[in-house]
Amino acid sequence: MSTSAPDVGSDPAVQARGLTKRFGDFTAVDAVDFDIRAGEAFGFLGPNGAGKTSTMRMIACLSPISGGTLRVLGLDPMRDGPQIRGRIGLVPQDDTLDLELTVRDNLYLYGRYFGLPKKELRERVDQLLEFARLSERADERVDPLSGGMRRRLTIARALVSSPDLVILDEPTTGLDPQARHLLWDRLYRLKREGVTLVITTHYMDEAEQLCDRLVVMDAGCIAAAGSPRELIEQWSTREVVELRFDPEGNEAHGQRLADLAERVEVLPDRLLLYTDEGDATLDAVKSRGASPIAALVRRSTLEDVFLHLTGRSLVD
Amino acid sequence: MSLTTSLSPEPVKRPRRTRLPPALRAYQYNLLAYKRTWRGSLTTTFLYPVLYLAAMGIGLGHLIDHGSSRAVEGVPYVWFLAPGLLAATAMQIGANESTFPVMAGIKWLKTYLAMLATPLEVTDVLYGHLLWITTRVAVASGVFLAVMAAFHTVPSVWAVAAFPAAVLTGAAFAAPVMAFSATRETDQSFIVLYRFGVVPLFLFSGTFFPIAQLPPWLQVVARGTPLYQGVSLCRDLVLGHPGGWETLAHAGYLLVMLVGGVLAARATYRRRLVQ
Repeated sequence: MSTSAPDVGSDPAVQARGLTKRFGDFTAVDAVDFDIRAGEAFGFLGPNGAGKTSTMRMIACLSPISGGTLRVLGLDPMRDGPQIRGRIGLVPQDDTLDLELTVRDNLYLYGRYFGLPKKELRERVDQLLEFARLSERADERVDPLSGGMRRRLTIARALVSSPDLVILDEPTTGLDPQARHLLWDRLYRLKREGVTLVITTHYMDEAEQLCDRLVVMDAGCIAAAGSPRELIEQWSTREVVELRFDPEGNEAHGQRLADLAERVEVLPDRLLLYTDEGDATLDAVKSRGASPIAALVRRSTLEDVFLHLTGRSLVD
Repeated sequence: MSLTTSLSPEPVKRPRRTRLPPALRAYQYNLLAYKRTWRGSLTTTFLYPVLYLAAMGIGLGHLIDHGSSRAVEGVPYVWFLAPGLLAATAMQIGANESTFPVMAGIKWLKTYLAMLATPLEVTDVLYGHLLWITTRVAVASGVFLAVMAAFHTVPSVWAVAAFPAAVLTGAAFAAPVMAFSATRETDQSFIVLYRFGVVPLFLFSGTFFPIAQLPPWLQVVARGTPLYQGVSLCRDLVLGHPGGWETLAHAGYLLVMLVGGVLAARATYRRRLVQ
């Protein structure tokens, strides 16, 4: 940060106004506005095809913008691409590790791309190996490593240049729960150290855990923006009653119970009753003589917001 | 543990950067990756001229020479053959290294994509790779010339100039083939390129016999091929009679091919890698 302005805390790390990406006739990102503050973890949520990755690639200066304005770390991606990329760490959706090289060589070479001097880079690589918990595998080839290890290596690699901004495109897709938790822990550490994180995901729990603020994207537009708490308050109720009936009965029960909640969602396998007082609503359901196979009162989550905003379906 | 020591003592100290040109940083990748395969690769590089010169030069040469030492264009057959093979080898390495490895950079290993997420630009990636291929050609040409000397097929000190000529031949093939490879979705067309491009050039560009042996219309075609320029250039230099403007014309042809190939590759790389 020695090269950036002293008031780095108030300048947004990323600022987009009317940001647009077109591929031929197809508009992948349709005039979106957002600010990402320095030091925060900012999330892009949305179904596949919503425009998250296109937005990431524009921020990472990998893909030229088609319209609007974009400032990354105060610079213009169309003009200062190499300079911006020198201060960004990118964790792409698909790993771009060289499977035939060793873990250590992957880190070392990547650091060389950034022009890091050899001696300092060697020390840095050792630190990163430890950070990614890969020290024992340092001199093995990448090929036999597990998905979680490769992901950690990709993240370690993105950190080799001590970036101000780290962009993670679906960092935990395809990982088992242990691997995800380990990865989240590493991301918390980075955030504590003041690194700005930009994350795309379609795991709601991940977004809720990691992100200070986020936007929900749908069909190239921003459908909602705010902190996880704010989004839940704005787009959902405090609690949710989940009811499971015979699958054929869901629709009928939904209509019969509609007046007991602010809003009812009929999903293929269950009913969701949105209400501020879950227990009271469940009592009311029971006093109407409805007898669900299973009933659960829980707090609203981002998933409820997501279902509400993007029309229920997770397009996978 | 962790990065706390390096990332957080504020203000964060950004590591010093070297002034190594970006294209050379991309080049370094190949250098390091070559560690895996250099033994096998160097052995092949050495054995190839040994086998060819032994079998075709000495074995076949015996039949052709009939005891004369001026059998083919005034020299023993093996003298005629060796510089032709030098140029043809440069072509083969230049072309081979610009097909599958380019596909690997784009699709299989995605090394290009990894580089482009760093300060490196598309042209750096391209120049770094082309420089590496040229290095491979240079090493192979150097070894080839050494083996030629060991077979006593280097009659003139002009042969030293055949080294840059062979390197130019290899690079002149590499650049346009890289441009082509960057437009391909699969490796199918590389096999076609080899069978219908590289092999016919190898056989009919004056490598193994003087093109005067061909029917007149084919002679015209052969004279126009890029490998003919490389073969003639190397042969004239190794045999010690560089022919003034003709030699310059061969070199000029290859130089134009190199520059044209680089310009084309800049366009196809950009189209493929920046979307």
